[in-house]
Amino acid sequence: MKTLILFLILLSLWLLMSGHYSILIISLGIISCAFCVYVTKRGKLIDDEGLPIFFMPRILNYLIWLFKEILKSNLSTAKVIIKGNVEPETFTVKASQVTDVARVTYANSITLTPGTVTTKMQKDVFEVHALNSDFGNDVRTNEMDKKVTWLEGKK
Amino acid sequence: MELILDIFTGICFFIGSLSIIIGACGLIKLPDVFSRIHAAGMIDTGGTAFFILGMVFQTGWTLITVKLILIGVFIFFTSPVTSHVTANLAREKHIIPVGKKIGKIL
Repeated sequence: MKTLILFLILLSLWLLMSGHYSILIISLGIISCAFCVYVTKRGKLIDDEGLPIFFMPRILNYLIWLFKEILKSNLSTAKVIIKGNVEPETFTVKASQVTDVARVTYANSITLTPGTVTTKMQKDVFEVHALNSDFGNDVRTNEMDKKVTWLEGKK
Repeated sequence: MELILDIFTGICFFIGSLSIIIGACGLIKLPDVFSRIHAAGMIDTGGTAFFILGMVFQTGWTLITVKLILIGVFIFFTSPVTSHVTANLAREKHIIPVGKKIGKIL
């Protein structure tokens, strides 16, 4: 099942990137995609971590929310840089996700919103550096944590 | 129609350039390595997102749009990893962040 999904993803990527739809090019694409899938299968890389399909039903909703957050915090980071009221703070937060992929997604989401960076991870405890106490409070309210747990969908 | 799209592209490029300039100022102005990563993150997200959006207005519904969006997706997946690696390396080298620490840090 997952092998088939991986093959279809690779093939659609090939078709979108090439833009040529003659028989020769498409058959070459099918051959190279099949070879890639074979190598991945042999390396036993097709699992929940390599192909997190349990994200798929809710990913679009999450990405829209994340873009909104990124825009908001871009604006406030710009304000902080211009005004110069920088009071950096470092603290730890606890992640409530079950799988490693979801934890990495949470850490990446924290880093992707400007103003907060994950500096260290140990199991489910993240050390976060924030530019200002406002950014710190945004992370400490655990709103993003709940969103990622919802995205994971295992609880 | 062409004119409206051109105006949208101009607005997007303006906002993108503005966020890159502010990010570059922050890169010089902020106190330590961890704070500077935030300014770099602003360039990575705000700058590229608005530039790609502006270019999408010019290309319209073609395969080039798909490629542009894929470029954006790959930048959005990889830029936090580089930020995290920079911050993590600085912590591994025992550089203590400026400012207050809340609770016990790792």
